[in-house]
Amino acid sequence: MSDSVDTSKRRFLTTLTSVTGGVAVAGVAYPFLASMAPSARAQAAGAPVEVDISKLQPGEQMTIEWRKQPVWIVRRTEQNIADLARVTGSLVDPDSDSSIQPAYAKNADRAAKNEYLVVLGICTHLGCSPQYRPEVGAADLGGKEWMGGFFCPCHGSRFDLAGRVFKGSPAPTNLKIPEYKFINNGTAVVIGEDNKGAAV
Amino acid sequence: MTAKLQALLGWVDARYPLSKMWKEHLSEYYAPKNFNFWYYFGSLALMVLVLQIVTGIFLTMNYKPDATLAFASVEGIMRDVNWGNLIRYMHSTGASAFFIVVYLHMYRGLMYGSFKKPRELIWILGVFIYVALMAEAFMGYLLPWGQMSYWGAQVIVNLFGAVPYIGNDLAVWIRGDFVVSDATLNRFFAFHVIAVPLILLVLVVMHIIALHEVGSNNPDGVEIKKKKGADGKPLDGIPFHPYYTVKDIVGVVVFLIGFCVIVFFAPEGGGIFLEGDNFIPADPLKTPEHIKPLWYFTPFYAILRAIPPMFSSQFPGVIAMGAAIVVLFFLPWIDRHAVKSIRYREPLYTMALMLFIITFVMLAWLGMQPALPHLSELAFRFSELYFAFFGILAIYSQVRNKNIYMFWLVALTVLIVAMDIPRYVGANADKQALIRYSIFIPLFYLAATLWLPMVTKWNQSKTVPDRVTT
Amino acid sequence: MNKKLILLIAVFFPALALASGGEAHLSKADINLENTDSLRRGARLFTNYCLSCHSAGYVRYKRVANDLGVDEKLAARDMMFVYDFSKKTEGQPKKIGDLMTVAMSSEDAKQWFGTAVPDLSVIARSREADWLYTYLTTFYVDAKRPMGVNNIAFHNVGMPHVLWELDGLKKPIYEVKKHKHGDTETEEQVFTGKFEYLTEGKLSPAKYKEAANDLVNFLVYLGEPGRMERQRTGVLVIFFLVILLVFSYLMKREFWKDVH
Repeated sequence: MSDSVDTSKRRFLTTLTSVTGGVAVAGVAYPFLASMAPSARAQAAGAPVEVDISKLQPGEQMTIEWRKQPVWIVRRTEQNIADLARVTGSLVDPDSDSSIQPAYAKNADRAAKNEYLVVLGICTHLGCSPQYRPEVGAADLGGKEWMGGFFCPCHGSRFDLAGRVFKGSPAPTNLKIPEYKFINNGTAVVIGEDNKGAAV
Repeated sequence: MTAKLQALLGWVDARYPLSKMWKEHLSEYYAPKNFNFWYYFGSLALMVLVLQIVTGIFLTMNYKPDATLAFASVEGIMRDVNWGNLIRYMHSTGASAFFIVVYLHMYRGLMYGSFKKPRELIWILGVFIYVALMAEAFMGYLLPWGQMSYWGAQVIVNLFGAVPYIGNDLAVWIRGDFVVSDATLNRFFAFHVIAVPLILLVLVVMHIIALHEVGSNNPDGVEIKKKKGADGKPLDGIPFHPYYTVKDIVGVVVFLIGFCVIVFFAPEGGGIFLEGDNFIPADPLKTPEHIKPLWYFTPFYAILRAIPPMFSSQFPGVIAMGAAIVVLFFLPWIDRHAVKSIRYREPLYTMALMLFIITFVMLAWLGMQPALPHLSELAFRFSELYFAFFGILAIYSQVRNKNIYMFWLVALTVLIVAMDIPRYVGANADKQALIRYSIFIPLFYLAATLWLPMVTKWNQSKTVPDRVTT
Repeated sequence: MNKKLILLIAVFFPALALASGGEAHLSKADINLENTDSLRRGARLFTNYCLSCHSAGYVRYKRVANDLGVDEKLAARDMMFVYDFSKKTEGQPKKIGDLMTVAMSSEDAKQWFGTAVPDLSVIARSREADWLYTYLTTFYVDAKRPMGVNNIAFHNVGMPHVLWELDGLKKPIYEVKKHKHGDTETEEQVFTGKFEYLTEGKLSPAKYKEAANDLVNFLVYLGEPGRMERQRTGVLVIFFLVILLVFSYLMKREFWKDVH
């Protein structure tokens, strides 16, 4: 309309306002997005769980609920521990290099104390909960080869007694191991917390 | 890059009228160039609507519409959810902000005659938006399940119980129970989060489409489409975008500063936006000492309370309250004065409008107060003034013969006195004194609005200019 | 006509002034949410004296500990006395993330105190701080009440004077005020605001008032733990918006140079 339109000034002011306005929108978006993160209530519900394991016999398994998920504690026998080494050849990730576990559980037994396996009972394939199948030589799970472990009924993934996945299973990695620590001279275990602090 | 974007736009335009809509509603929608302060509130109302929808969605993620959990879930939002207190305060402050903005928007319409031909439908759609907004706010206020939520809903739903014959069944049907209960909460939640917002959105879209069909009014009440240049564009019009977009952005920022002052520093609004009693969980066995609706309903609540029961029924009060809202729909046919804007209308119209604003504010204040005898009397008088305003508007629609003013002065005076007779007879001495003194309020009002046009020239309008003034 | 107008105003306006108020005189509480020491003292009083009958069922210990800068282990030692009976009948200590709920059921409360014991999470939002402060400082001995005490701010209160060992036991001092209505004279007992102590408490009257103020301060904090953070955020947000206002105004002015 007017002849003396200063386009560059106009463009500069428009950009300035747009950028500042954009920062404002981002600033408003932040609290809304942050509100979708776990609330204090969800965090409290996900607090570490303390479990008495003094009555758990060798060869027995127990299931604990932590963050609304099953956590298994298996007290392995001497034989079980020895058998772990025998299946190494047929595993996908025998050294747990691409699996998730705390540093103290990244070893042959995947455990802080080799007698106790503490593992998240959620299949790494699509999130079903596998079954505990300790019977050695179970015909449906590979007969002589089967040294005891876990079998996922959803898609047939098989894991050994250290939660390590067998080749030929749809699950890509070993079962996840949560942070945990032993307390009271090893008669109890805390799940979701180790000496470094609570799990995130 | 630009060429590619152009191609993409062309691709879209061939399939969806994107550029066409942009032109029709923004870059080639010609708005009068003389919009003033009062023209910010339309875009602000739209912004608050968006704000309420967004904050509402995020509140819904953590709110539980269950009588045993609702109160705790709101406190959970306030404490356990990250930034939940901020989101909730934005929503609660937004509700009040919505009404502030909408009331100012409506007042603008009254001042500049924006409801008059050819904009009757814009106004009617607007009143529907206002009614939907009241329903939305009322049902939303039940959700925190505090004492005021509960008893406010109890009282308002019981109003439907005053309807003759079917009232009781109707109230039970609305509640889904014999008292306000979990069932009521659940259905109010459904209405509040989905049904009414959908209606609101549709109405808002219709309101804007209607506006863009006929074009915006302006403070001079001049139709800019009547004077077009050689290029076919209104001489006094400027494209909405960029001129009014950049202007409305300034308005939005100013509004947001005020809004944030309340949200961050005074979300209770001194007990007017969030009431203290609503921090006590709903208790069906114990009514708070003084229940009142939130401020935006109090003018109508004052009218409701002011009308005395007749034939042992509350229904007349309910009718009056309903009529106070329904009368707004008919405004385009009540005020038929040829001049739109207050700038050129007769000075007496300005006076009547100012008195109406005082009436509305007084009713709002009275609706918040306990129903003491003198306040109830005052509320009755201001209720009379509320309705009298619309009668006066009808009379003011043109310059009338003195006899007509005289006729209405006598007729309305008789009506006022006649309405007082049944109230006066049988009242105690104090009440009679109150009636005697307060009757001067409507009588003064009638004298000012109907006697003055007989003896002065203040009922003469000025000439409306051809073009808008700057 | 003027006379009528004055009469009119005279009829309505004194009443307008009276329309609010009418409560007992309240003492002023000194509320300062920045005063963390006061809040900590208030938290200890609250968890020691209130949090066995009253709950604060929307508040988590962790939030209080974090907001008040108390180490979570110390908080467990100094504040978490209530047991959690939801899982084991013999109870177990609460966790830091738990809510400040109590074991007493509302049925029990009705039997013991004649009324449900209110949750205190948002008490400072329905009752003003000054009222709470006055309430906590005006318990007095009244043999006619089931708990042996009454209260100036809350007449015939059902709650016992839980803080009596700190406050002591006291009786209000009244003075007689005479009113004349024409020929008739009426007398009225008016509370002077002072008390006479029957038993001294562990704290001096001044110290007790400070303690009550700490407790009220804590209750105000409890009403909305996020309040201080909200206000701090608000300053930044408004500062930013003012900058945006300047930019957007300059932009508007530039574009509107076209419009004549």
